[in-house]
Amino acid sequence: MEAESSAAGAAAGAAAAAADEGFTVAPLEVVYCGVCSLPPEYCEFGATVKKCTDWLESNHPRLHQNLYSSEALESKMGTMSLEAQQKAEKDLAKKQQKEELRQEREAAKKKSSVIIIKRVERTKRKYVTVVSGIEAFELVYKTVAKEFGKKFACGSSVTKNAAGGEEITVQGDLSDEILEELVDKYGIEEDNIRQVEESKKKGGGG
Amino acid sequence: MFKKPVSSSGKTKIKSSVQRNIRQKICEQFPLLEPVIDDVLPKKAQLDLIKAPEKISLYALDNQVLFFQHHNDAIMPHLRVVHKYPQCFPTVQVDRGAIRFILGGAQLMCPGLTSPGAKLPPPEGNLPEGTVVAINAEGKEHACMIGVLKMSTEDIKKLNKGNGVENCHYLGDGLWKMDSE
Repeated sequence: MEAESSAAGAAAGAAAAAADEGFTVAPLEVVYCGVCSLPPEYCEFGATVKKCTDWLESNHPRLHQNLYSSEALESKMGTMSLEAQQKAEKDLAKKQQKEELRQEREAAKKKSSVIIIKRVERTKRKYVTVVSGIEAFELVYKTVAKEFGKKFACGSSVTKNAAGGEEITVQGDLSDEILEELVDKYGIEEDNIRQVEESKKKGGGG
Repeated sequence: MFKKPVSSSGKTKIKSSVQRNIRQKICEQFPLLEPVIDDVLPKKAQLDLIKAPEKISLYALDNQVLFFQHHNDAIMPHLRVVHKYPQCFPTVQVDRGAIRFILGGAQLMCPGLTSPGAKLPPPEGNLPEGTVVAINAEGKEHACMIGVLKMSTEDIKKLNKGNGVENCHYLGDGLWKMDSE
């Protein structure tokens, strides 16, 4: 036990020495948490503490030891009053719970939302393909439209639809190709994509 | 300033003459940064200007925001820059209790700067009102906030009441997240 704590102390000393040397020109290399993107020492204030600690342990075990050894935990309570500590803890727990709920909801939403690929007839035998609903999968319309244009060598733009939302209009009948692209490149499950056809004279033609 | 996610409306390249101006301004504002300015902002590099809402301009290099500025106010560094060159910016320290409020985007109140865990520069190193400061936290190695002093550090010690530092950029805000994506 004692050996362990002294090792941690030595590591902390080394870190301090490194910080002193940082006064010269060399920039400090800072590790950022892969989960919440903050420097790891601030993970504890975020809503994903559990995930952050796991990530740190597997990616930067030494840092993890520095930050989360029992000695470190004790010393960092520092000057805060007991009352303030309790309040902070309570708030944090609440925040974490909220975050968990939010993530669950998001996952559920992702599962249930659908991307619609619509083939729309322009003139006889000419089509455009309209893609909508990709925002639920954290994709940005503008960039995806550009990618489509590049990939399929055709006109591709973001347009506003009647409901006020956005959609991508790709010139040409490309619904199958787009489906494939969405699955391969953007990793969207095929179950979440629906292909629809829309003829101009709905009902009237048939 | 960046409580909401930043929605940028495209970026443009900055003219080299304007770039020189910015560089000079940064050097004036942060004299400590001058020795390393070539590493932060290489002379030949092409800076990009990203316009954000509410007259905020972001100065980016290789898609990474390095500095930002509101209208014509003081230029402020991105926290990543401060993390890399912590000694190059004037710094104050807050106590542990204040951290969670800062990360929530709150303004920094004086008591958080004067309590036992906090650190202000000594009287001879008084920082005047309006200085851009990096905010460190008790027991932490890296800064967690960039702010503008609402009153001089001596006044903070004297008055010990009210808003001490305006929170301009903090860990986990819109600007921070914009970059890490």
